[in-house]
Amino acid sequence: MIEARELTKRYGEKLAVDHLTFEVKPGLVTGFLGPNGAGKSTTMRLIMGLDYPSAGSVTVNHRPYHDLEWPLREVGGLLEAKAIHPGRSAFNHLLMLAQTNQIPRRRVDEVLDLVGLSSVARTRVGGFSLGMGQRLGIAVALLGDPEILLFDEPINGLDTDGIRWVRGLLRDLAAEGRTILVSSHLMAEMGRTADQVIVVAKGRLVANMPIDEFTSKNSRRSVLVRSPQLDDLRTLLQGAGASTSDESDGSISVLGLSADAIGDLAARHSLVLHELTPQSGTLEEAFVESTEGNIEYQVRSITSENNPRKETS
Amino acid sequence: MSTAFTKTLAPLPPGRYGFWGIVRSEWTKLRSVRSTLWTLFITVFIGVGLGAIVTSARASRFSSRSVAAQLTFDPTRSSLSGLLFAQLAIGVLGVLVVSAEYSTGTIRDSFAAVPRRSWLLAAKVAVFATITLVIGEVVSFSSFLIGQQILSGKTPTASLSDPSALRAIFGGGLYLFALGLIALGLATIIRHTPTAISAFVGILLILPILASVLPSSYADDIGRFLPADIGTVMISAHREGNGAFNPWVGFALLCGYAVTLLIVGGVLLVRRDA
Repeated sequence: MIEARELTKRYGEKLAVDHLTFEVKPGLVTGFLGPNGAGKSTTMRLIMGLDYPSAGSVTVNHRPYHDLEWPLREVGGLLEAKAIHPGRSAFNHLLMLAQTNQIPRRRVDEVLDLVGLSSVARTRVGGFSLGMGQRLGIAVALLGDPEILLFDEPINGLDTDGIRWVRGLLRDLAAEGRTILVSSHLMAEMGRTADQVIVVAKGRLVANMPIDEFTSKNSRRSVLVRSPQLDDLRTLLQGAGASTSDESDGSISVLGLSADAIGDLAARHSLVLHELTPQSGTLEEAFVESTEGNIEYQVRSITSENNPRKETS
Repeated sequence: MSTAFTKTLAPLPPGRYGFWGIVRSEWTKLRSVRSTLWTLFITVFIGVGLGAIVTSARASRFSSRSVAAQLTFDPTRSSLSGLLFAQLAIGVLGVLVVSAEYSTGTIRDSFAAVPRRSWLLAAKVAVFATITLVIGEVVSFSSFLIGQQILSGKTPTASLSDPSALRAIFGGGLYLFALGLIALGLATIIRHTPTAISAFVGILLILPILASVLPSSYADDIGRFLPADIGTVMISAHREGNGAFNPWVGFALLCGYAVTLLIVGGVLLVRRDA
């Protein structure tokens, strides 16, 4: 269990995290979503006691991180891939962490095996690819077999197999009853992994709910309609308060009426329908929808697209 | 969903993480990176090697020097002159022990594993101090023994049975030890490798130059507080003039500098964001 109350972090003038209040519950994969610069990494650093909050508080297992008896055995974190001395081997990096929390040496070999790095365990990390660095970061998080796990952008740099592996790992860890918080700016990816989403933009909480609810609440449900009497139908639908847009393949997309209502309306006016397909919204649409109207965020997202840098705050 | 978990998580062991584990971890950190091993090797190589070169140059020129110079010749100090080069390597190592954690990002994993940051710093100091003390004394004793062999027959020599020579040899190791901790303290405050190394070199090499251009009455007053001058006194068997501190007072001063820097660094380490 992770609990944040009015958690706030200010760097100079900039509010990186703005009064965030949320809970992350055990047994679920909780997706932590937001564009780059939304405050996800900062929040994770605050949870792990690396940065100090300007106001508010955050606890893990009902205690501040600093009060944990066995930090690595209670909380594991992948905060930044390849934030490891390039001259040290993966084995020695894990060993020196294990020694601080009296984690047995065999557990080091175990996690190296688990993430598939056994064969390169004794070579210097400097030669690792980003994907291998990411796997090593996951090994660091799993080292103490902790109940609470934080992963900041764990699939960055992984290939398709790696992504599938991480997705399975997160699901398995949650099924074991652990508390999993995993951040991403890739909405589509989260849609396949998370049970719950916490959405932030500009450091503020936008949503915190089950992923299905988030998707259905925030995406417009459109209906795809195909008809030989399209012109009459269009006028009829607009008269009933719906908005329509023409699709390139000759069909129209209708917003504001359900598929049932459109079918009833067409039948009452003896119009022929060839297709009537409800389109379910995607998480991606839902995210855009939920953060729309936040002009500052839109400006930010444009600049971050033009200037794709790693999130540093 | 939260009812049928597939695994019972292992219970935590009793007690909590302790200091000894952090010390073992710091030892692993130090020995597992080639650059620290190289720096230690270079410390020994420079200390002993350059000391021998300087000593043999002095030995060959000895007969052509003035009587006054011959009378004040300090064979102990001459054989230990390599330490004044080795101090730079020790300083670089002291800086890297802390600053490399910041430059590589390892510090975040270290703090996550040991949220009690004062313990982390204390364990670093304990491991590094032990190593520099051992290396420092090894360099100092080897330099002395090799140096006296080189001087033998050409100049007066000193022996281990001479208490003031023995004090200077121990002093040489202690000097490197204290300087290493000063460098570590500086790096804890500054965090950035090149800046911390520059600060260390500045204190050691630039401050004495600045002090020497002051009027002589000030120069001696200020100079005796500088690490480099204290070091010269510590490795000399003969008494240094110019109002310099007694070698043990000088060593206490160096330790005072180191402790002050480490306390300031420790407070910043605990308070600052990682």
